[in-house]
Amino acid sequence: METSIWRPILYLVGIMAFAGLNAAYLGWCERKGAARIQRRVGPTEVGFAGLLQPLADGIKLMSKQLIVPQGVDGIIFRVAPVIAMIPAITSMVVIPFSGDIQGRAMELSVLLIFALASLSMIAVLLGGWASGNKYAIISSARAVSQNLAYEIPMLLTVIAIVMISGSMNLRDIAIDQQGGFWHWNIFRFENGHFLYMWIGFIIFFICSLAETNRAPFDMAEAESELVAGYMTEYGSMGFGLFMMGEYLNIVVGACLTVTLFLGGWDCPFGKTPGVWWFLLKIYVLIFTVIWVRWTYPRTQIYRLLNLSWKILIPFSLVNVLVTAALIKVF
Amino acid sequence: MSGYWSDILVGSKSLVTGLMITARQFFRPVVTENYPYEVPVMTELFRGHIELIGNEETGKPNCIVCMACQRACPSGCITLAGKKMEGDKKKTLTKYVLDFTKCSLCGSCVESCKFNALRFSKEYNLVSFNKDDFIIDLVKRLEDQN
Amino acid sequence: MTLPVELRHDETFVLNLGPQHPATHGVLRVKLTMDGEYIVKAEPVLGYVHRMHEKLAEVAPYAQFMPNTARMDYLHALAFNHGYALVVEKAAGIEVPERAEYIRVITVELNRIASHLLWWAAFLLDLGGFTPLLYAFDDREHVIDLLERITGSRLTYCYMRFGGVYNDIDDEFITGTRDFIKRLRSRMPSLYHDLVTHNIILIKRIKDIGFISAEQCRKYGATGPVARGSGIDYDVRKNEPFSVYPELDFDVPVYDECDSMARYMVRMDEMEQSLRIIEQALDKLPDGPVQAKVPKILKPEAGYYYSAVETARGSLGHRLVSDGGKNPYKLKLRSPTFSNLSLFGEVAEGMLLADALAFMGSLDLVIPEIDR
Repeated sequence: METSIWRPILYLVGIMAFAGLNAAYLGWCERKGAARIQRRVGPTEVGFAGLLQPLADGIKLMSKQLIVPQGVDGIIFRVAPVIAMIPAITSMVVIPFSGDIQGRAMELSVLLIFALASLSMIAVLLGGWASGNKYAIISSARAVSQNLAYEIPMLLTVIAIVMISGSMNLRDIAIDQQGGFWHWNIFRFENGHFLYMWIGFIIFFICSLAETNRAPFDMAEAESELVAGYMTEYGSMGFGLFMMGEYLNIVVGACLTVTLFLGGWDCPFGKTPGVWWFLLKIYVLIFTVIWVRWTYPRTQIYRLLNLSWKILIPFSLVNVLVTAALIKVF
Repeated sequence: MSGYWSDILVGSKSLVTGLMITARQFFRPVVTENYPYEVPVMTELFRGHIELIGNEETGKPNCIVCMACQRACPSGCITLAGKKMEGDKKKTLTKYVLDFTKCSLCGSCVESCKFNALRFSKEYNLVSFNKDDFIIDLVKRLEDQN
Repeated sequence: MTLPVELRHDETFVLNLGPQHPATHGVLRVKLTMDGEYIVKAEPVLGYVHRMHEKLAEVAPYAQFMPNTARMDYLHALAFNHGYALVVEKAAGIEVPERAEYIRVITVELNRIASHLLWWAAFLLDLGGFTPLLYAFDDREHVIDLLERITGSRLTYCYMRFGGVYNDIDDEFITGTRDFIKRLRSRMPSLYHDLVTHNIILIKRIKDIGFISAEQCRKYGATGPVARGSGIDYDVRKNEPFSVYPELDFDVPVYDECDSMARYMVRMDEMEQSLRIIEQALDKLPDGPVQAKVPKILKPEAGYYYSAVETARGSLGHRLVSDGGKNPYKLKLRSPTFSNLSLFGEVAEGMLLADALAFMGSLDLVIPEIDR
């Protein structure tokens, strides 16, 4: 790896721009998508088809006063939204967008991403705790127990993938899947794992929904119960940063899913691999996340834990064992 | 244990069905009205605030100041006055003020009117920061309409 | 189902749910004593929208109370109109033309469907499902448009008059209603049942939650879908027939499960039964006047009068005391939601917060009707 000074700067700018654009325009996509599903039109007023709406929202949020209510833990209250953003942006450094677009190809990039993903939960906990609001505290407690429960099956499915690829480097995992969709981990028919990896894919997808606090697992911000959950006391850009962090987590989750299961930047037909395929795949996944949110009602905290401990963890354990056995046999 | 497997199977099936339904709705046309650009047409019987009906020839109000509407109003939002002009047999309406802030649009006044002098307007775009904007002088409104 | 958790009463905190809270649909305040996410004690605090409707009835002539009736249960306003008209007609001995009575039934049932649709939408919103809200409002809009054409208003109707109705219905209304029946029947199976009722997340969320025994229903006087979800076969339309309901053929859906799902299913089935009632009433609709000759100033004989109707939320009773004057001496309303809400404190004890709110949604509360 070359150590030119330009490389980190370029990636810093590029990733910040990518993150900012995504955070802003996923909000727009979400609103438009929800509107279409509900047979409305969604934002139309600001710019063509409401395309400047995120800009207007951003200006509005930034121009508002950051209110720090009485009785909150001032420092933590201010720091928490920033902590919500940092892990999401940092984990993008190791994501291989294509064969030659990647911030840093670390050997243990899978581990790094999961470590950072756990960190974003701390932001929620701190934000809720510092607010000194009962709804916010209940919400953060829910978020933490939810994330703990879902990290286990998620990591177990990833272990199966790591065993197949024999590497913890996201780049190596993606390179291992090049050459058409039959090489992708989800459909793979070699090295002995016979077409059952889609189970792992579904488990991973459900877990990434739960990890990013998305519906139907959005108990932490269940507005009909907890008003706005851990964000109740936040206004202006504090709220804005939490929202951006949430959308970025979705993007990171989608990137990870694509890299681990859907062949990264590989073309499904084995031709013209490149960053466009990667982007196409992540946006299809993100659209599915939005689609799921606007279809289902919210689940309940102990149903969610039941789902994790009774269904996902046993299935992913079996997945790991079977994969290990098959690798040994073949 | 059978409940466990059937929950997983039936459950996933129901989830997929749900996704399919919303996907189908995604491609259907929108059903909402784009309000400020598409204005709904009020039905014939729509109850806006009341207004006076003018005589077709003279444009003067049909009202003969019988006070039936004032008596019929449950909320007391109608104030009217009239006086007998010289040479006229009937009274002439001089003042008809509707306090729309209290009106509940029950229609008792219109029903009580036997002289075809009151009707509901079709006005529904009523909004203001000022309470006084809803104390409506109906005589003036009728003059403006003529 | 209450989870087997040992509640420790020494580490509790008070959570004020409301008066402004997204789940209470209005200005209800519930004082919750919580142990973590478990509710130790729930205490509904009422009176935030008390407007003295019962007193208002005493200070004005009989006819002038009619607009107020719609302001109590704004979701099933026509049933309140109907109930008040019935009790005054009973007191003053007014005969209602048959056509008017049929029109009353048709509009009341249409309004009941609108009310149930809105309940369904709001309930799903409580459970975090946004999209069903818009689908239900799409259908509800059709009902409201139909009712707007004949009553002149969209929500707080003042349509009934003593001895009849304000306005006759026309052919366009009849064809519109028939179209709506067809439309709702075609949309029910997919958009309502496949998308929501059979959804595993919803079933897991509301099945076995909010158990109300028939005993508790009787103790608190709960009626309507809440009682019918607990296996009590009681519907004023069947058990104390009024209006033209005896001439119409319909079933009263009753479920024995006593949980939120049972109450949900009762309401879903009731919509179908309301469609049946409307269909039959439209077929049987006689010709004739829609308004009887009624003296301008009513002076019913002194005495006590009572009449009950079935609103979307349960049995609504009007008890009228007349002293022979032109104003009612006293009008007491027995509103269904007040009794249904009284259950909440006892049933919610030991529940999780999220379950309690799902349970509250299944009671179908309309706050202005509780406070009056």
